[in-house]
Amino acid sequence: MSDYNFAYLDEQTKRMIRRAILKGLAIPGYQVPFASREMPMPYGWGTGGVQVSAACLTPTDTFKVIDQGADDTTNAVSIRKFFEKTAGVATTEETARASLIQTRHRIPEEALSEDQILVYQVPIPEPLRFLEPSEVETRKMHSLEEYGLMHVKLYEDISQHGAIATAYAYPVKVEGRYVMDPSPIPKFDNPKLGMAAIQLFGAGREQRIYALPPFTRVVSLDFEDHPFEPSKADHDCDLCGAGDSYLDEVIVDDAGGRMFVCSDTDYCRSRRAAGHVGAQGAPYEEGAA
Amino acid sequence: MTPLLQVQDIAKFYGARRGCEDVGFDLYPGEVMGIVGESGSGKSTLLSCLAGHLPPDRGEVIFDTRADGPRDTLSMSEPERRMLMRTDWAFVHQHARDGLRMGVSAGGNVGERLMAVGARHYGDIRDQAVDWLGRVEIAADRVDDKPQAFSGGMQQRLQIARNLVTGPRLVFMDEPTGGLDVSVQARLLDLLRGLVREMGLSAIIVTHDLAVVRLLADRLMVMKDGRVVEDGLTDQVLDDPQHGYTQLLVSSVLQV
Repeated sequence: MSDYNFAYLDEQTKRMIRRAILKGLAIPGYQVPFASREMPMPYGWGTGGVQVSAACLTPTDTFKVIDQGADDTTNAVSIRKFFEKTAGVATTEETARASLIQTRHRIPEEALSEDQILVYQVPIPEPLRFLEPSEVETRKMHSLEEYGLMHVKLYEDISQHGAIATAYAYPVKVEGRYVMDPSPIPKFDNPKLGMAAIQLFGAGREQRIYALPPFTRVVSLDFEDHPFEPSKADHDCDLCGAGDSYLDEVIVDDAGGRMFVCSDTDYCRSRRAAGHVGAQGAPYEEGAA
Repeated sequence: MTPLLQVQDIAKFYGARRGCEDVGFDLYPGEVMGIVGESGSGKSTLLSCLAGHLPPDRGEVIFDTRADGPRDTLSMSEPERRMLMRTDWAFVHQHARDGLRMGVSAGGNVGERLMAVGARHYGDIRDQAVDWLGRVEIAADRVDDKPQAFSGGMQQRLQIARNLVTGPRLVFMDEPTGGLDVSVQARLLDLLRGLVREMGLSAIIVTHDLAVVRLLADRLMVMKDGRVVEDGLTDQVLDDPQHGYTQLLVSSVLQV
């Protein structure tokens, strides 16, 4: 049975999704409509990403799921279990060992290679949506390359906050053509979008798939006098001491105590395993939580 | 001299009903044309056809473009027409809400057209926005306020600033003073007259208010039931109306 309907979706559905993926890869940044299926999870939990993953998985793949950088949160655990059950593929938490990675809101710190695929879960694929509510109009704006409105949003940021305050879902221009929403990844991750791995974006509720082929030219939008700046908390990781990774701020008591830790749990774990210790970290022990 | 806009035999039907028919005129650079008529006479339909918002069933709208000289805007490709709409053309709506982005600050509203034609320097965009707010008599400290916080008259002036910032050559206005009280109307008209003279704009103004055309328009077209019943110099038409409907229109104005 699993040979016939490998990875939950039926073969015709996977075929339809693969066609959308191929079209997306051929036109980087273009939102390809596809007939999104009902999945056994609510919209907003990654139905788009799961369908793209299901269409890409092969029995020899090793699968990893990231939720906000972590491997051990609800969304990541449930999707990983879903594919363990429906596809029987090997799963891992190690970025380097995975051949297919489904992610929600982060790009792994470790650079990905050409034989990996990164699948994003996308809530709202249309970068112009909150400025222009009409889908007819936004499609026309994409087709005619009328992207002045995107800068109006950045203008508003600067006039209100003195700097471009958009910190996530930061709009990018792909190969000098389409403006794309890179899903709600922090803008810290934007410079990594030109990576070696194939990147696929799936929006289940909105029924759109888009893609970035390897080494695509992706430019974050900005103003000449307010250039794009990837930002992160001005700290080192308190567990592993990394100064170059994106950090989560964790409240640890009721007295204002806080610590900053890597949002990428696998990156933090591997650094601690290699002997790095941060300001509040204990030495790493194999098997300890 | 080449006319800036040549309109030939425009007709628009809504099913069997006539929106407008047999309309044609030339508009020369620096000229202001008024179109008056009662509600339902086809003035707004005509304006929408001319401005490219509505495809007419017949006719030609030939605009003297900067690059290629006179061209029919109806047979242009859509990107060309939309480019024209945000550079050389401007459209002032009757209701400022239709022409403004209500959720975006005044500065962003004025800057949108600049960004749409490729301006990417925040400081320059902001300077131009403040400059234009000053020219339409909106204080510079309101630049970051949203249009919701503005009075009706200010919204209308903001809409004008937003439209004129790219230095258009032709402005379409649909009842620009509608819904404003008379003292605000007077200031707005004064402002418009100043801007039209200063920038050498050509304009087509649709209104039912004869005072507006008396002040602004060089020439006047009177419409009834979708057809032009009389046209000529504004003072000539208003002081010596020939057609029965124009006579009715002129004599209907209340004197105080």
